[in-house]
Amino acid sequence: MTYAYLPHTPADRAAMLDSIGVSSMDALLSHIPKALREVRLDLPRPHAEAEIQQRLARLAARNVSASQQASFVGAGVTHRYRPAAVDQIASRSEFYTAYTPYQPEVSQGTLQAIFEFQSMICELTGMDVANASMYDGSTAVAEAALMAVRVTNRPRVLVCGSVHPEYEAVTRTYAQGPGLVIDSLPTRADATDVAAVKAALTPDTSALIVQVPGVLGTVADLAGLADVVHAAGALLVVVADPIALGVLEAPGRWGADLVVGEAQGLGNAMSLGGPHVGYMACRDAHVRQLPGRICGMSQDAEGRPCFTLTLQTREQHIRREKAASNICTNQALNALFSTIHLALLGPEGLRDVARTSALRAHHLADRLTRLPGCRLAHPESPFLSEFVLTSPVPATQLRDALLARGILAGLPLDTWWPERTHDLLIAVTEMNAPEELEALVAGIAAVVSAQGGQRSQEAVHA
Amino acid sequence: MPELLQPVILGEGAPGRRGVVIPEPAVAAPELAEVLPASMLRREAPALPQQSELETVRHYLRLSQLNHAIDKGFYPLGSCTMKYNPKVNEWAARLDGMANIHPYQPESQLQGALEIMHDLQQWLCAITGLERCSLQPAAGAHGELTGILMIKAYHQHRGDARRTRVLVPDSAHGTNPATAAVAGFEVVTVASDGRGLVDLADLKSKLDDRVAALMLTNPNTLGLFEEDILEIQEAVHAAGGLLYYDGANFNAILGTVRPGDMGFDVVHLNLHKTFSTPHGGGGPGSGPVVVGKALEPFLPVPIVVRDASGTYRLESDRPLTIGRVKAFFGNFGMHVRAYAYILAHGAEGLAQVSRDAVLNANYLKANLKEAFEMPHAQPCMHEFVMSGSRQKAKGCNTLLMGKRLIDFGIHPPTIYFPLIVPEAMMIEPTETESKETLDRFVTAMHTIAREVDETPEVVQQAPHTTPIKRVDEVLAARKPVLRWRP
Repeated sequence: MTYAYLPHTPADRAAMLDSIGVSSMDALLSHIPKALREVRLDLPRPHAEAEIQQRLARLAARNVSASQQASFVGAGVTHRYRPAAVDQIASRSEFYTAYTPYQPEVSQGTLQAIFEFQSMICELTGMDVANASMYDGSTAVAEAALMAVRVTNRPRVLVCGSVHPEYEAVTRTYAQGPGLVIDSLPTRADATDVAAVKAALTPDTSALIVQVPGVLGTVADLAGLADVVHAAGALLVVVADPIALGVLEAPGRWGADLVVGEAQGLGNAMSLGGPHVGYMACRDAHVRQLPGRICGMSQDAEGRPCFTLTLQTREQHIRREKAASNICTNQALNALFSTIHLALLGPEGLRDVARTSALRAHHLADRLTRLPGCRLAHPESPFLSEFVLTSPVPATQLRDALLARGILAGLPLDTWWPERTHDLLIAVTEMNAPEELEALVAGIAAVVSAQGGQRSQEAVHA
Repeated sequence: MPELLQPVILGEGAPGRRGVVIPEPAVAAPELAEVLPASMLRREAPALPQQSELETVRHYLRLSQLNHAIDKGFYPLGSCTMKYNPKVNEWAARLDGMANIHPYQPESQLQGALEIMHDLQQWLCAITGLERCSLQPAAGAHGELTGILMIKAYHQHRGDARRTRVLVPDSAHGTNPATAAVAGFEVVTVASDGRGLVDLADLKSKLDDRVAALMLTNPNTLGLFEEDILEIQEAVHAAGGLLYYDGANFNAILGTVRPGDMGFDVVHLNLHKTFSTPHGGGGPGSGPVVVGKALEPFLPVPIVVRDASGTYRLESDRPLTIGRVKAFFGNFGMHVRAYAYILAHGAEGLAQVSRDAVLNANYLKANLKEAFEMPHAQPCMHEFVMSGSRQKAKGCNTLLMGKRLIDFGIHPPTIYFPLIVPEAMMIEPTETESKETLDRFVTAMHTIAREVDETPEVVQQAPHTTPIKRVDEVLAARKPVLRWRP
């Protein structure tokens, strides 16, 4: 058997062993205890490339993709338009087969792209500094919690109910390391309840974490929140959707100390939840506590401006157990996808993505709430492009019934909260054309009325 | 004054230009100002570039051309396993049915993806000789954190609260001590001996009922196999500790030796090293963890299981789990690539991978040992560490020689690591490089060694062929400029 990625011929191997001065590969490995070298692995036989393609194409066909159905599922991962140029350019070998840019003289492309990513994140969030990326939104939130603890030297973190439940779960896992206490505010719809926030802040609270838009799509008036948090000596951590920031005020303008989030919707495929890209931005005063890689400007021996990784005394490869975080590899290529997408969009394109999604979502919500028994779960809360519909039919039953019509109607909220059996979280993006909205309205109408008909028949027979 | 090779894109363009057009809403709905709180509406647009598609394409294409990359030339960066990233892997991950699927779709719509994850879990168990696998961690260091948190949970579950220490050899990657510290442990360093291996006496003197685990890379960062591993594992286990395997150097033993057989309790693997998924200029990675029986109850959730009817599903009901370490199921796109890579090789091919990786490293070592100091004479595994101390004495240190190598179209090795070898150059050729490429590298290194003797200024002023000259890294840290400003 020969392998496409292994260049040596038997003659090459023989010549190389000869050059080393050993008789065989086994002789070269003889310092490994013999018992350890006798392994038999239960793995598939080697496949030729054509066979690999056939097998993977078959497996891919067993998934239902977003191009095969109308998809209204969001909740942290969004089906958005990815301009053709993004994948074409980011897929250049010079980007994706390079390592971390530790040698700046041969890495200016990656370094400048990171610098541009950091700059764009600062522009969107209204913050001073951003790092080169985090694994995803969830770990960015967890790292923000740890960073707030380092900055304030307080052991508790307060998480608003507007934060994605999986982000909170990851934060709780990370908290097991240093033994932090995570307190939760139960308000699911938003974080406007300033009185509740005030009551929950303790002298040991390092940060309040709030998400905008909230995980249920709501946009609360958070303008007064920072004062309350700062008065208690804590930091305000804002989890923000960078696309929403095309129309929403930069959190830096309303007092955020740390802004983190998930940038998948900018240029990255959904890909079953990863690889995506987290971001993290802070104030200048806290940059020495920021985890992860940071690219900065410098100059070369001839005085030409250029880029290099910097402030590395925060990082594990220099500081070992005293580092700000253990993060090493992050999501550079995914950040590049986001950077190119943002460059193509510009300020107006970014606003358009957020606006088209939001206006379609409001149109859809208006249509759906005219159906019998259907209403918004949080009618008092403004929302952007995602909302919760309460229907007379259990949400999972409703979702499943619509699959047959080629519609994935949303996320049943009993996925996260068993008691919310009739709530469906519906996300709308620029990918949901007006005809798809009509199809969803018609589909839900049909299921609801069939259910209603069944009920009245049952009532008659009873 | 010289200028940037390519202007920062944020300042470029003109109002009204754009690189992509977004569909109009085309529905009857109120504008955002009517539905959102006024205080939350953006007052000033972000200063993003305003350019046509072509201008943006040219900008990033020109940036790409400033990089060195595997597809362009040899990249013998120690401990990073810069092997070839097969193109069919990229094809597979971009299939509509792989790229455009959502983690909250019903499982019935994701059977192909779940089968890939399930089979990859099984294969990684077979390859490591361990019991259960989670694909959730996003990178190597993330896998380390997952493993160490599981070890913490294991001891806590047994009511053994005294174990507050994690032992880490002085040759370890920085992520090991950093991870142990993030997980709330005290880090205790174990010395290396004259062979470059764990000093058994020092290890044993530090083993007591305060030790939660030993984190070990085998082969270690010197590229040397820890020959005493069976004795090490016995001693650690006898003291009540667990053994953590850092998979950063797994390419050395892939398909040939299994961490489970060596007595390790938990392993993380770097799919972006051993299993050929691309490094992407610093990620995405993927760092699955594989565990033995002791740690199995503590695995993060969810994991993929196959029920009796052949249906795949996500299992979250695991009472002793440490919880989630990441939203959703890990870097699935990387799982697809690793799956394709394992399929291409099968068991015998994976064994050939590690054997060729070891062969290549020993071949380079044998052919460089006259010109450079080799602190450890014994055969190496997939990489080796040599010292530039002889050349430093003549005015050309390891940094300078690394920069000079760039002029030969070769990426510098990992330098000044591990810390226990002065003027260290850590060289990992990987198995995907041909004998001809290795010979060109040997010639380049000999040329540089000769230059150190005859024309040291050529080395001292290197690199000569790059778009920019040597970068002032001190200036960057002293006067940080971390973003573009309008």
